[in-house]
Amino acid sequence: MSLEIAVAAALFTGVVAYSVLGGADFGSGFYDLTAGGTRRGAELRRQVDHSIGPVWEANHVWLIFVLVVWWTGFPSTFAAVATTLAVPLVLALVGIVLRGSAFAFRKYAATVAQARFFGVVFAVSSVVTPFFLGTVAGAIASGRVPTAGEGDPWASWTGTTSLVGGVVAVGTCAFLAGVFLVTDAARAGKAGLTAALRRRVLVVGLLTGAVVLAALVPLHDDAPMLWAGLTGRALPLVLLSFVAGLTTVVLVAVRRFGPARWSAVLAVASVVSGWGVAQYPWLLVDEVTLVQAAGAPATLQGLLVVVGLAAVLVLPALGYLLWLTQTEAWSGAPGAREVQK
Amino acid sequence: MDLLTGLTTLAADVPDPAGLLPARQQMALSLGWHIVLACFGVAFPTMILVMHWRGVYRDDPLALVLARRWAKVSAVLFAIGAVSGTVLSFEMGLLWPGLMGRFGDVLGLPFAFEGVAFFLEAIFLGIYLYGWGRIPPRRHLLMLVPMALTGIAGTFSVLAVNGWMNNPTGFRIVDGEVTDVDPWAAMFNSGVLWQFLHMWVAAFMVAGFSVAAVYAAGMLRGRRDRHHRLGFTVPFAFASVAALLQPAIGHLLGSRLADTQPAKLAAFELATETESPSPLRLGGLLVDGEARWSIDIPYLGSLIARNSLTAPVQGLDTIPLDEQPPVNITHLAFQSMVGIGTALALLALVYWVARWRGHDLLRSETRGGTWLLRAAVAAGPLAVVALEAGWIATEVGRQPWVVYGVMRTTEAAGNASTALWWVLGASAVLYAAMTIGAVLVLRSMARRWREGDESLPSPYGPELEPAEELRR
Repeated sequence: MSLEIAVAAALFTGVVAYSVLGGADFGSGFYDLTAGGTRRGAELRRQVDHSIGPVWEANHVWLIFVLVVWWTGFPSTFAAVATTLAVPLVLALVGIVLRGSAFAFRKYAATVAQARFFGVVFAVSSVVTPFFLGTVAGAIASGRVPTAGEGDPWASWTGTTSLVGGVVAVGTCAFLAGVFLVTDAARAGKAGLTAALRRRVLVVGLLTGAVVLAALVPLHDDAPMLWAGLTGRALPLVLLSFVAGLTTVVLVAVRRFGPARWSAVLAVASVVSGWGVAQYPWLLVDEVTLVQAAGAPATLQGLLVVVGLAAVLVLPALGYLLWLTQTEAWSGAPGAREVQK
Repeated sequence: MDLLTGLTTLAADVPDPAGLLPARQQMALSLGWHIVLACFGVAFPTMILVMHWRGVYRDDPLALVLARRWAKVSAVLFAIGAVSGTVLSFEMGLLWPGLMGRFGDVLGLPFAFEGVAFFLEAIFLGIYLYGWGRIPPRRHLLMLVPMALTGIAGTFSVLAVNGWMNNPTGFRIVDGEVTDVDPWAAMFNSGVLWQFLHMWVAAFMVAGFSVAAVYAAGMLRGRRDRHHRLGFTVPFAFASVAALLQPAIGHLLGSRLADTQPAKLAAFELATETESPSPLRLGGLLVDGEARWSIDIPYLGSLIARNSLTAPVQGLDTIPLDEQPPVNITHLAFQSMVGIGTALALLALVYWVARWRGHDLLRSETRGGTWLLRAAVAAGPLAVVALEAGWIATEVGRQPWVVYGVMRTTEAAGNASTALWWVLGASAVLYAAMTIGAVLVLRSMARRWREGDESLPSPYGPELEPAEELRR
């Protein structure tokens, strides 16, 4: 594997990790938003806080990892995308800022009224942000970002593929989050919450699946490059995603929540990977390939050193955190000591 | 890249790109805001570590209470610090495509290390915050150690990029193309060590004086219990060590300038022409090319800037007009930083010398004690002002270059302008809202703690009635 491809693989691993881990965080905003009034929604909102509180900050860093590796490894394309897709990027950014701060503020808010306000900000921005990030992916995949940058500020991201990317992103985030939340609720022994969440996850899952399948049709005309890849080289991943998604829905339906988490992660990871594989070898479709866009070889080597360091330091620590959240003391299982409010 | 240089850019022959002025304002707003929170991210974990250590190993329940409250405060500050840091990552491309497109692979590596450091800090913060009562106490305490270390690594990485912008190295330009890129040489440039130390120590001054100021204010209102004394003493001790070290570090950093950035040094010192020996100019402004209204102390300029009684400070007259930074802003910012820094160091010295001689000013209700507490309250905001002034001095002083001597800031900016003005307006609203939200939440935390509410009530709606819970 060449240096460029190795760095691109590391970069794309970050994209997949952000889609899965960050996606599950963002998606929980959807359930928070639709949880109902203050009293009726309290249990679900507490579950959202409990489930993502310890991890959202760490999950968020994948985005920073992606940005940094991108501008270091493939600098000119980063500038091209940033100047062309400034509008959706800024809107996503506003969402990220509002969401992160409002989530922290809600936890320590002074009154219920304040908490409600911060909660609405958190939930709305959680739903909006993946949409705009999805449109950015769609814009790149449909070849609407010129190499020189400063492409059309609106037409570049309002094409069919972009809008489809946005909707798919919102749907997959909600689906993932739902599976995680219902698992946590079931493990904590909250029967009523589990039942309510289960129903919603099934609806969200079926809807998202339908959207993803229907979305493939317009791609044929709007993003022929991507279409060729998805129905060619990336077809196994597309099929895998379909099977894993369907499996997840079935598992949730029969209340096998533990395994459903894994198939949900597989479904999302394979659909995102499918996009990456379908787009290969282009970085900006029909404009620049990965190899053409790569920065200096010494820098790419340096980046691989950083990636190695991250693998040694970050992954075990992240694993420990994620493991802790699954232990009895942290998951709020019946009988576990609940000290931290 | 700052709020004010855009107004006084001197490059006359080439028209500025339309995106320059809004980009500068935007960067000034977002970085100026983030830098304060970054200080807390870097220094607060170490202060909590000491407090928590005291609680665990000296069996001091009060210290544990303080550590836990500080952890909750740091959760809020860390969250808004993280999102404002993300803003900066986006802005590198949105505002400075010329810089990132050309030099991304030269300057990017330290950012990647900073990414790793930040990742670890975020992970261990999550473990630490949610670990109270769920992880064995000693292991829980250990979770702070990686946070303290990643604060050092992260500061080094970010300052490596800034050091590179001030002392660019690790590449060659052949026929207008950047080539022979050595990102490691760029990362370990000649300016990084002292710049890093200067910023790292500044972070402890900001966080230490700010936290101490909160408890000093409480004591002024008559709450002179052990809780307040402990809450004051630990951060104040950190801030004191930092404040006393900072002049030495700053001096070593500044003494490089005569060789590396004479234009910045001339602006710092308001040296209109080369004098031997050079005086130290206190205050003053540059008006029509002349230094006015300053108080000049002979010899001291040479001594401070060049470690010599005779060596001259190179004057602005030797530097082409289009390569001079905005002199007045640079000069005033530099002097504010040094002036406030000196005052803070004196405050620390007075407090500890008095305490060593048996006058614990925190215990005495005398006029001296009251005045000292008032000074300690002022020290918090003053440390923030000194931080901002120092940052303005080094950034404005580098102008008109974004990469010193290699790329002008005008070449780094993009051409979009209308959009950027809208973004700037929206950002101003957003940052104001975030500031209000943070203040609101932190104040309500403090109020409830004062009322004795240790674990804050759940904000997710009225607690369910037991009966209602059973029905579910």
